[in-house]
Amino acid sequence: MEPRPRSFYVLTAFFALFVLFLYGPTLTIGVLSFQGPGGGLTFPMRGVSLNWFRELFMEQAVGDIWGAFRRSAALGLMVMVTTVVVSVMGGLAFRKRFAGSAVLFYLTITSLVIPSILISLGVGLIFNQLGFKVHWATSGFGSQLTWTLPFGLLIMFAVFNRFDASYEEAARDQGATAWQTIWHVVLPIIAPSLIGVALFGFTLSYDEFARTLLTAGSYNTLPLEIFGMTTNVTTPVIYALGSLTTLFSFAIIGVFLVVVWTMGKRRARLGSDAGKGV
Amino acid sequence: MSERTAKRSLGGLAVLRNRHVTGWLQAAPLSLILIAFLILPIITIVIVSFWRATEFSIIPAFSLENYEFLFGSPVTYRVFGATFKYAFLTWAFTLSIGFTVAYYLAFHIRSQPVQIALFLICTIPFWTSNIIRMISWIPFLGRNGIANQMLISWGVIDEPLEWLLYSDFSVILAFVHLYTLFMVVPIFNTMMRIDKSLLEAARDNGASGFQTLVHVIIPLTKPGIMIGTIFVLTLVMGDFITVRFMSGSQRANVGRLISNDIGLLQYPSAAATAVVLLLTVLIVIGILLRFVNIRKEL
Repeated sequence: MEPRPRSFYVLTAFFALFVLFLYGPTLTIGVLSFQGPGGGLTFPMRGVSLNWFRELFMEQAVGDIWGAFRRSAALGLMVMVTTVVVSVMGGLAFRKRFAGSAVLFYLTITSLVIPSILISLGVGLIFNQLGFKVHWATSGFGSQLTWTLPFGLLIMFAVFNRFDASYEEAARDQGATAWQTIWHVVLPIIAPSLIGVALFGFTLSYDEFARTLLTAGSYNTLPLEIFGMTTNVTTPVIYALGSLTTLFSFAIIGVFLVVVWTMGKRRARLGSDAGKGV
Repeated sequence: MSERTAKRSLGGLAVLRNRHVTGWLQAAPLSLILIAFLILPIITIVIVSFWRATEFSIIPAFSLENYEFLFGSPVTYRVFGATFKYAFLTWAFTLSIGFTVAYYLAFHIRSQPVQIALFLICTIPFWTSNIIRMISWIPFLGRNGIANQMLISWGVIDEPLEWLLYSDFSVILAFVHLYTLFMVVPIFNTMMRIDKSLLEAARDNGASGFQTLVHVIIPLTKPGIMIGTIFVLTLVMGDFITVRFMSGSQRANVGRLISNDIGLLQYPSAAATAVVLLLTVLIVIGILLRFVNIRKEL
């Protein structure tokens, strides 16, 4: 192997600094959430304790964060399932280049680039004018989909741009119906990417703030609850909460990555070696 | 007779074989969601922007007073100016950092597993909460925060710097922290598709590393840069929460103008500002889309 140029070491240092910039603040609040009972929002640490985590579990100290967590998790699952199903259907549709698909494509891009507060305001106004009550599971759910669906669809575009159509032709030649082709051939091939779409659907919903702000109604989701806390909580309890939900996010990401990884392994093990032999 | 029925039923099936029909059927859920939660809200906002508001209620009307007030107020121009300033500075920083990181990952990392691992390290924060990531700057930038303590102990400054937190500096720092990712991913994606033999050809012809970068890599990376630019500009221009939180409510951008009006229940005025913001964003995106075909780049 040829020796590394000097630029490699400079760039490695740059990259290390970038990673420190990305994770440093999160690690800092991770450490500070173990602040002693008398400690404040910044260093120095006044002792080490689990005091602030304990406070999280006392209802009266922090409000309804566990209710908010349950709602966010439920909403995340709803958004995740819907995003996967609708994105796959949309991805299959766009392959057909049907009349008017360009309009729908630009609409999807608009959904991605529109300032979130417009969705929040607009959906809130519609519900208001029609006399419906805004609720996280109706208006909040729909508003979040305008953010997750474009990501899901863009991933599906990337997937189908690389999809080898001869698999489908082979299935059809052997007498599979259109439905059988999708169910037994297309979906298994794109399955790892669908895990990716699911990850986007869940995490983007779980962390969404702006589009839920005016559409969640009287029961807050977790990000709304946390934001409310920033204005009236001045103790490290907010760091403890932040560390816990970040850990939860990491765990979710970890689960998704492990699933994709095992799928890849299984595929490598069970996959055919056709075309590889001499 | 039976022959005719057979033909007709074949005709019925033929409708389902028409790619336009099946295409729209498969795209129906997507279309319905976008109509209900994107198009209708935009239409509602446009309509309400012509309504009147009193202290207690909003009144259907056709009045231009919201727009007259908006365009007649010097605050509007100042706030739009601030929004463009945030967008431009964030763009410049995220582009230079994001390009460098993507370049390092794409061209300096030789083993694919390491490349994937480092790429994941860059993307994982994207799947965590933005609000928490903003909060986590407080112990760093505060008056008694880590940055000030370090600078004082090194003897760089004697007094704590006041402008680290709740200032334009902290707003832009948070934007860069949150959104550099949106540059790294598309730029890395286009870089990975560059045919490595082009780089060899450039070197064989005597180009230095820097010349290869400027004359081969950057031109070929333009689509990725454009997509990253679209993401960063729209996220920053539409933001209201980062500016509010990181400036301690001391700075304003258009998003905050809207959210303040909403807080005061002045929906028509908020709607008028929102319409102007949406048009501004769409014009910017329209210009950028002339330089890149998104569907081809995925």
